[in-house]
Amino acid sequence: MTIWAYGDSINTDQLFPGKYIYTCSTTEEILPHMLEDLDTEYASNVSEGDIILAGDNFGCGSSREHPVLGFKAVGLKAVVAKSFARIFYRAAINQGLLLIESPEAVEAYNDGDTVEVDAINGTIKVGEQEFSFPPLPAEVLAINEAGGLLPYVRKKLENSQ
Amino acid sequence: MTGMTFAEKVLAVKGGLDSTVPGQIVTVKVDRLLTHDNTAPVIAKISDELEKFGIADPDLHAVVLDHVIPAANEKTATNHQKVREYVKRHGITNFHDIGRGVCHQVMVEEGLALPGQLVVGSDSHTCSYGAANAFATGIDRTEAAAIILTGETWLKVPRTIRINLTRELPEMVTPKDLVLHIIGEIGAAGATYKAVEYHGDVDMLSFSDRFTISNMGVEMGAKIAAFLCDDVCKEYLSDHGISKDDYEEVWADDDAAYDSELEFDMSVRGPVIAAPHTVDNVSPVSRYEGTRIDQCFIGTCTNGRLDDLELAAEILKGEQVHKDCRLIFSPASSEVFLQALEKGIIGTLIDAGAVMIPPGCGPCLGAHQGILAPGERCLSTANRNFKGRMGCKEAEVYLASPLTVAASAIAGKIMDPRGDI
Repeated sequence: MTIWAYGDSINTDQLFPGKYIYTCSTTEEILPHMLEDLDTEYASNVSEGDIILAGDNFGCGSSREHPVLGFKAVGLKAVVAKSFARIFYRAAINQGLLLIESPEAVEAYNDGDTVEVDAINGTIKVGEQEFSFPPLPAEVLAINEAGGLLPYVRKKLENSQ
Repeated sequence: MTGMTFAEKVLAVKGGLDSTVPGQIVTVKVDRLLTHDNTAPVIAKISDELEKFGIADPDLHAVVLDHVIPAANEKTATNHQKVREYVKRHGITNFHDIGRGVCHQVMVEEGLALPGQLVVGSDSHTCSYGAANAFATGIDRTEAAAIILTGETWLKVPRTIRINLTRELPEMVTPKDLVLHIIGEIGAAGATYKAVEYHGDVDMLSFSDRFTISNMGVEMGAKIAAFLCDDVCKEYLSDHGISKDDYEEVWADDDAAYDSELEFDMSVRGPVIAAPHTVDNVSPVSRYEGTRIDQCFIGTCTNGRLDDLELAAEILKGEQVHKDCRLIFSPASSEVFLQALEKGIIGTLIDAGAVMIPPGCGPCLGAHQGILAPGERCLSTANRNFKGRMGCKEAEVYLASPLTVAASAIAGKIMDPRGDI
């Protein structure tokens, strides 16, 4: 498992360059360009269960779903950041990608530390230190539990018929 | 009980509640949903549901093609084709095809974002309609797809930062300089998840000025960036055929509770630059004066309106763009284009050696019409200077006002538009 650690204000152009947004839509098209202008190692070496660790304002910039789809498709365990930009945060909820806002956990991380996430109990372990993160609000959790926003809406529409 | 902020009030109304408090999650009825070229991938997510359930309301969904127009290749052409088919099949009433302008400018010109309304769009600069006293914010494509089907979504009630603007901007200093200055102070994440309300001497600002300021709200992380609906706003709306009966304005109570209050004296501001690669990397223009530039760009939802082009033309009248530099400009809409044409502004810019591209997003997002080469530097009136933003990660993007960009285009290097002061 790899921990991909980055700094503050990682923006959507760094996560997925704008020049590809109308030529790439499937995950096969998206994956090779993930983090292309930020970290050339990422796309070829990321694997299931990896975690991204970052500073403040992760995902700032455009309304761009591609990076969330890319993270989800590769089976990223979670993105842990000091804070997230709001459109990115909503996009992650809508795809069922786990985001953890924990400035303490990010501060505690040193190169080479192990990071373990327990989504059910809401804990994150960095090296030997353990931190807890609050559960999602009930309304949002329901979206997550349905497997994302569209499955959630589908169910709702079918029930109302 | 204390009063409510603008955001708290609108979310209460749209959620069918008497009041709301920060942190509360509210299911809201959406007044308008915007999607642009990304309509194609949005509707692709719900093709089965569209057949089975149909759309919630044909008037709810506004569609404007602006991002890659006219189509640059087979893929973007096919996207546009799918959008036009969807619009016809589902009887979408608010559709604007290529050439009408940048979606956000078109939304206000067409009266699709009105005072007191809740407007969302699958584009981060949807926050622009705060200038029209709307609660307007960006969402992602999947959420847009869900709203097409249901007409509603959930929003968390944000805390609000109150920004008091005092006095008046000096000559040759524009609202773009002001908002860049504010972002430089607050930081790119300074308003994350919060609403921003602008108060104070806002009557000194035109509707277009306010648009520029609201537009850049997302560059400080804000959910919304709103102004009140005063005579300036009402006049703009009535000039666009919207009567007072068409909307219900909303504004904060005097005793609303704020997260923080900031004050900016407009009269002490000067022209500024946001240098690569973050929008909050803001300094006085003087710090970069003399920096060689290869391309200038005047346009976008931030600074492509009539007053922006007019300011640029005043500087460029009788002058020539430097031989080692190129100047690209794009009117923000067909309305702006026609007005600029009538006023002779287009002729002045072309005479000075500028190149016009059609009303749309142009090179702002790095897809076409002015991509940079490695090592090149662009001075732009757009809203983002992220690495790779204009299509090349080895290029640099600097942000400034239309005045600074025009003066710099003549010099071929970054210049203070006030000259030697």
